[in-house]
Amino acid sequence: MTKQIIIPFGPQHPVLPEPIHLDLVLEDEKVIEAIPSIGYIHRGFEKLVEKREFTEYVYVAERTCGICSFIHGLTYCQGIEEIMKVEVPERALFLRTIWSEYSRLHSHLLWLGCFADSFGFENLFMNAWRIRERILDVMEQTTGGRVIQGSCKIGGVRKDIIGEKLDQMSKDLDSIQQELEELTNVFLRDASIRHRLKNVGVLSRDDAYSCGAVGPTARGSGVSYDMRKTGYAAYGKLNLETVTESDGDCYARCTVRCRELFTSIDLIKQAIRKIPDGPVDVKVTGAPDGEYFARSEQPRGELVHYIKGNGTKFLVRSRIRTPTLTNIPPLVKMLQGCELADVPVIVLSIDPCISCTER
Amino acid sequence: MTYLKKSPWVIHYDASSCNGCDIEVLAALTPVYDVERFGIINTGNPKHADIFLVTGSVNEQNREVVKNIYEQIPEPKVVVAIGICAASGGIFRECYNVLGGIDKVIPVDVFVPGCAARPESIIDGVVTALGILETKRLAMKEKGNETMEKPGSAV
Repeated sequence: MTKQIIIPFGPQHPVLPEPIHLDLVLEDEKVIEAIPSIGYIHRGFEKLVEKREFTEYVYVAERTCGICSFIHGLTYCQGIEEIMKVEVPERALFLRTIWSEYSRLHSHLLWLGCFADSFGFENLFMNAWRIRERILDVMEQTTGGRVIQGSCKIGGVRKDIIGEKLDQMSKDLDSIQQELEELTNVFLRDASIRHRLKNVGVLSRDDAYSCGAVGPTARGSGVSYDMRKTGYAAYGKLNLETVTESDGDCYARCTVRCRELFTSIDLIKQAIRKIPDGPVDVKVTGAPDGEYFARSEQPRGELVHYIKGNGTKFLVRSRIRTPTLTNIPPLVKMLQGCELADVPVIVLSIDPCISCTER
Repeated sequence: MTYLKKSPWVIHYDASSCNGCDIEVLAALTPVYDVERFGIINTGNPKHADIFLVTGSVNEQNREVVKNIYEQIPEPKVVVAIGICAASGGIFRECYNVLGGIDKVIPVDVFVPGCAARPESIIDGVVTALGILETKRLAMKEKGNETMEKPGSAV
């Protein structure tokens, strides 16, 4: 019988921008079991709702995660608006959609870069992040912030984008699209990358479903599950096709994200074409009384904000369920039986966002 | 300029940041900001590092990790605390699991402000740290550590 050894992976590890700890039980080079332990970035800010007014808590909610910050703020606002029956102006809904999709673009590019780094393709990492800077420039020009935007508020958005700027954004997206085509071409066609990703970390459709995988992790295994289809913000008025792949390996998850880049560009262009004129916010008076589950699609999957208010300006409870947390059981499944050298690639393939997970 | 000042290696650890500062640290390494032009390389091994970049505040579980990484970095070393969370806890200051800034656990030399800190200010912080690193190196040399002057010898 081969001897079992345990190798600790993380919390400080070169491939991980954020700390997560895995105990890998090995037999020779094969991973038999992976035991995750989390808590290195737990801050406990869900309890801050008792100390911050519900209008101020938007900023805290946004800082759940610096990558998908806008969508966190948006989901929280949607929850409050739903409880308080606030009618958000059309233009604000479209602007929220545009910024959400820009967030998705920058998050997927960030992931593609980190993923390339995990299989040792440094040049590709640099190139993905170079294109990402163009997305961040637009974010900064329109909201004032690169990664933490603060542009969403209860009852609408804080800033409007003028028509000329929208036209220019649409034009810029054309040239960004060309660059992305070159980039994704390398990810999907390069022989050495295919060799590293094909049939690595396979997650079957049934496992994806029963372990509760969400987002690109689920869609890479053929589960067509996208919260944008519920039509929150302005998604209901746009034409959206859910991207799915059936293989369930790292390559499939990479393909899903590569294809989603183009869906996002398409959505932004559609939104720019259809955006109506009008105000971008309404005045909100009173305080939320009731509870609501707000759901949205983050770059990593389904995000749930549970909000409960009692009619005062301080909420009673806020609970955030983030996509990475639900993607950890599928990850443990993928790691069983893989080679030790593939562990970084598989861990990265679920696009882990630990700040979200641990809150 | 000494060889240390020409090519300092950095190690980055996310204490309990929201990720905003972390991705800006990484952004500083990539083509648009490109800190590699200063000879700066991001390493994953504390024993190779000269500058310790910490983002986020400390909590119960990661204080030992931060201390552990700090102790493994060879002298002379500089700590740069990035973002307002690393300085004081920032927006999460009143959370039950946040102990406060990084200076509660290890000595900090440079504080970089911002939420999230911009890549420009992170680079500025690192360049400031280079000056401090040089001062520390000279102080060590005065104490009589002569191996310092030989390029390639362990620092």
